[in-house]
This record gives sequence, C-alpha cells and structure tokens, in this order.
Amino acid sequence: MMHGPVDTGDANLSGGREDPLAQPPATPEDHTPPHPAIRDLMRDGVPDGEAVELFLQNNAFPLIDETRATFVFRGDVDSVSLQHWIYGMPSSQAFTRIEGTNLWTHVLELRRSSRVEYKFLVDYGTTRELIHDPFNPQRAHDPFGSNSVCQTDGYEVPEWTFEDSEARVGTIHDHVVQSDALGGPRPLQVYLPARYRETRRYPLLVAHDGTDYLKFSSFKAVLDNLIHRLEIPPMIVALTPPGDRLKEYADDERHARFIATELLPALESRYPLVDKPAARGLMGASFGAVATLSTAWRHPGTFGNLLLQSGSFAFTDIGDHTRGPLFDPVVRFVNAFRKAPGGPASNIFVSCGIYESLIYENRSLLPLLQSTGMSVRYTEARDGHNWEAWRDRLREGLSWLFPGPLWMVYE
Amino acid sequence: MPHFVLLGPQRLEPIVKDAIDSLDVEAPLALVTAGWEERESEDEELRAHVGHPCENLRLYSRIEEVFVDDPEFHQAVIDRHDLLRNLQELYRGRLDHALEAARELFRRDGEAELIIPERADALAALAALDAHHLERVREVHAEFEAHWKPGERESLARQRDEVRTLLDQSGALAIAGGHVVVLLNRLRLFGILDAWAAGGDRPVVAWAAGAMVLTNRLVVFHDTPPQGPGNPEVLETGLGICPGLVALPHARRRLRLGDPVRVAIFARRFAPRVCAALDEHCRIDFDGTGWTAHGPTRQLQTSGQVEALPSERQAVA
Repeated sequence: MMHGPVDTGDANLSGGREDPLAQPPATPEDHTPPHPAIRDLMRDGVPDGEAVELFLQNNAFPLIDETRATFVFRGDVDSVSLQHWIYGMPSSQAFTRIEGTNLWTHVLELRRSSRVEYKFLVDYGTTRELIHDPFNPQRAHDPFGSNSVCQTDGYEVPEWTFEDSEARVGTIHDHVVQSDALGGPRPLQVYLPARYRETRRYPLLVAHDGTDYLKFSSFKAVLDNLIHRLEIPPMIVALTPPGDRLKEYADDERHARFIATELLPALESRYPLVDKPAARGLMGASFGAVATLSTAWRHPGTFGNLLLQSGSFAFTDIGDHTRGPLFDPVVRFVNAFRKAPGGPASNIFVSCGIYESLIYENRSLLPLLQSTGMSVRYTEARDGHNWEAWRDRLREGLSWLFPGPLWMVYE
Repeated sequence: MPHFVLLGPQRLEPIVKDAIDSLDVEAPLALVTAGWEERESEDEELRAHVGHPCENLRLYSRIEEVFVDDPEFHQAVIDRHDLLRNLQELYRGRLDHALEAARELFRRDGEAELIIPERADALAALAALDAHHLERVREVHAEFEAHWKPGERESLARQRDEVRTLLDQSGALAIAGGHVVVLLNRLRLFGILDAWAAGGDRPVVAWAAGAMVLTNRLVVFHDTPPQGPGNPEVLETGLGICPGLVALPHARRRLRLGDPVRVAIFARRFAPRVCAALDEHCRIDFDGTGWTAHGPTRQLQTSGQVEALPSERQAVA
C-alpha cells in the first residue's frame, strides 16, 4: 500500500514510487521441468505464430502448478522483468525469451493459497514501461492504481466479501468533526447498520483509513454480511480518512487526542453507543495500525479492542533503523512501547502477510503483547501488504473482537 | 386434536400467511416475537404479511418490566444464566474431544468388523455426554423453579394474568424466531403453552427458533463459524410439544449438508429423532402423536445423505 510519495510499509507497484531498475533483475536459475503447457508448446521445437496464439488462447495466466507460477509475456522487446514485493525474494526478476519466438517466461516459486500482486517492467528501445500482465485479467486496486494479481491453487476470494442479496444493508453518512487537536475540521463517514434505531445502543469501531477500507477492501459489504450472518453484532463504524497521513499516523499525540477526546465524544453525542471500552474498537493497517496502537497506548482503557493489520511496527534493539526518516517517530514509539507496553486494550487482533517485510516486526510484537496479559490473537497469510489481504482477514478479526449472536439466533 | 405447524425462516420467502390461512382461524392471532429481544415491537412487516388481526403478547418487554419491579428475581435469573453458561463451557470442552474422536473414526477406512463397533461406541459416548449435560441443565432449572417459584411472584403473576386474558381471546398462537434461549425462557416464565392448551385445541404456528423451542431437544449448530470448531451443541430440553424432532432452521446456510461425515454423525448422534432441515418453504404439521412434512423439508440421514422427508404422516416413536 502507498499513501503518498513514500510508502509506509512494503512497496506497492501501482504507484511509481521507486525506480524498479535500482537493483538489477535477478537471473533465474530454474532447472525444474517447465509447466506442462510450456512443454506441450515446445514439443515439436520452436513453435510457429499459430501455435503461440493457441497456447495463449487456451491457458489462463500465470500458469499455476503445485509450487510455482509461470508468468508469460509476448512482445518484440529487449527485456521483461517481473516486479513484485515478496519479502526474501529479489523484487525484480528477469524473464527469459523462448528461443526463436517473442514469447518470454519467468517461473516464481509460490506455495498453495498464495496471493501476490505484481507488474511487468518492459524495456524496448529507449522506452521503459511498467504494465499489467496483459494475459491476466485479475486486478487489485489501491489508492495509487492497480496491480495484476497471481493467485495459486487454494486461494479464493472469500464469499463473504461479495455483496449478498440476502443481507440487509447498512448506510453511510458524511460528517465533519471540529478538531482543536488537529487544528481544523475533519471529515469522516459513519456506517450505520441495517435496521439502525436511535433507541438501541451499539458498539463502535473507529477505522483509520476508513474510506480506503470502503473503496479497496469491500468494507461495507463485509460489515453488511457479517452483521447479517450474526457473526458480529450490529455496530456503528466511524471511517476516518487521514489528513497528513505520514505525520498523523506516526504516533502523533495530536492525532491520538483527536480520536480519543474529540471524535469519540462527538460520536457519543450523536449516536447511541454502548458506553464501555469493551464495546469500542480501533483498527488500521500499515501506518494506520501504528496510529491505532499509539492512540490506544496514549489513552489506555478507552478502546477495549484493537485490530492491527500489517502494522509498520519498526523498532531497533541496537543501532539505527534503515527505513528512512519518516519512520523515526514510529521507531521511537515502538521502542518506547516495547519498554513499557502497559495495557492499552483488553483484546488485540494482529494480522500480517508472510510475503511482506513487516512480518518480522509483527512476529516480534506478538510475545510482547502476550506478556502484558491482554488477550491476543495473531494470524498470518500467504499474502502481502495490500488492501485485499487486509480485507480477507476482516472476518476473523472482527468476529473475534466483536463476537455476534451466531449460535443463538435463528430468525 | 392439537395442531402445531413448524416452519423454516420467514424473512425472505414467507409462507406463514399460507400456514395461518390453511388453519381457518377467525379470532385474532396471539403473536410472540420475544426472540427479537429489543426489536420485539417492530412487527409491522410481519403483520402486513400475515394480513390477519394480531395481538403481540410483548413477552420480552413484559419480563423486562418484571425485572425492574422485582430486582431480587432479576438477579436470580442472571445468576442462573451465568451458571448455565459455565456448564455449557464445560460441556463444550468435553464435546470437542468426543466429536473429533467420532469424526476421526468416520473418516478412517478399515475392516468393517473392526471399525463399525468403534464408531457406534464413539456415538454412544456422544449421546451419553449430551444426556449428562441435559440432566445437569434440568437440575439447574428445577432448583431455580423450586427456590424462586416464578409463578408466585407478584409482578410476574400480574403479567401472566394479562397475557392469559389475551390468549383467551385468540384463535391461534404464532411464535416467531430469534434468540432461542431468550424465547424459550420467556415462554417458560409465562407458562404460555400450558395456558394455551387450557383454552382448547387451537393451532400454533412457529418458525425458526420458534420451531426449535417446541421440540424436546434444543440443538444449536453452525458448521462453519468464524471462530471455533463448529460443533453442534445441545442446549437443553425444549417445551417438548413436538417430540421426536430436532429442528434445524437455516440448515442450507449453517450446515455443510454436502459433507457426509458431518451429516451422518449429526443424524446418528440424535437418532431416533428426525433431524429436519427447515429452510424456506419448509413445513411440518404435528397433530399430537405424529407429523406430516410438506414442501422441500429434508432430513439429515444416518447414511450421511440429506433427503426429502416423506409426505406421509409419521407417528412419533
């Protein structure tokens, strides 16, 4: 995910943030037999144009088998490389041209149930283009555009993320809250559940980057569905967009004060909320997760439930960090938190993708959180630092933090 | 002859009007929506669908009033609730292991003469655990009744009298679904079914959780919950009006009906009761000694299949 000219977690390719050629493409050294479809194509030697056409028409790309994805490009170009951000692998990997053709392939080792976002970097003459995979219609969107998506066997977009015609739907309302802490009006949106009544009391969830969760993580459909299926109770969700995100979400005292002492009272005066920390939650992804933990830490006991997705929890045990100056306040905060975590909330759900570099920081956070006596749930997925990975973990996280009456209600 | 009609969920494709029309009811309907809890009074949609005069008995809000009038009794109900929840957790822990053992045996291939007795014994252990739990829950209720004598408490007695008057003026009783325990407790506290029966053989139409509470075994279930293993749990005995049935509303959404191992264990665990999948358009009519299935009502079979219930009348064993 990217929210500005500099990323706060792992890179996302849909924005043009980094020169992909800053590091030379890795040279593949794959000696395993090619995918059966490639083998068939090459059976009689160099395939002619018609054979290549048929190959492209009859297969879905990338080609997936047990442990690999084979990416394919066709074109009269000088070079092609795969751009991705799987932590631990070279992020730029060169394709190999099939001798005698304009077909290029590259094999990437990927386990079952993986989901990877990527693009192709194509060079021809003096032109360099970062493009979608032309043979793969799957796309994932974020605030900076979109990427191609590779899904291996075992991964499916969860059915609860799609609009369900049986589910009653909630509504979204625009609001503005005046903030002294942040020095001006702050717009936000509020999700009200289906069958909302002023006469009832509801739990509250405040979502950092809430409007992006709506756009890129199907958040409204997810809330509608989970409430309809009784997996979470009907709840009110405040969807806050960031202002100066990289400052405000990086352990900014003013932001924490805004959320805990301005936004929360404003919501309480406007909506019928359950007046208990146990019925309040705060959530966010990447820097939004930092803002979530920081706000809860600065105002302990205000929010009983935290949902932290791919938190940018950079820290140092010794020496300096290498993530750039924007992370300075984050590192100061996480180091301070590690020294004195206190008890910011009662329940914390943490999720992270194993293909993102932040997996190290998130795994490191876990024993610390557990040592505080807070109830902690942690989950990992074969995915990266992106909105669809965060979408896919919402059911598990929300239903754990806010369990609904699933077992008892039969309407 | 008593006439009870059990239906599946009514929100999306309701047939409750058809059911009521088929009963030739002239007097107003007594309506129970206590399972909807705070939404109890939001019955406009239901009334519009039924198209028949209705009197909502307001059992949920009446009990809330009793709790305000009688805080000592309210506290006793809370304490009982906590005790039952703790019992359920203990049962759940044992059930987890017992069910996993049974599933493992059902998945395993082997010589029939070796494995079939093991499966049977695992199911017997499950049935014994369920029976043990039901007995403990029954003891809790019996102690509560003996100690607190709800029917003799002034506030509740007053509310009961009012409800009885409304029941006497009604031609049929309609019990909607919702929170199954809340519904059952409200019906019990008001002695609704006894009061209803005292007025003669008038029909009862109940759906979803309403159908569940009329049986004599309340089973809560979900094969794919977001948390936990999804083990069907026995809660307690229901009102026992329609014995021989385990009512499973929303089965198509809640159960993995295509998984023969789960279906077989479910059906065998509760045999000889009929595990009836009550989805949209499903209907079972009970006449006191037997029942007749209509529509697409299906049964979880001990073979692991899910098949249509026969439309001929079945006598209760």
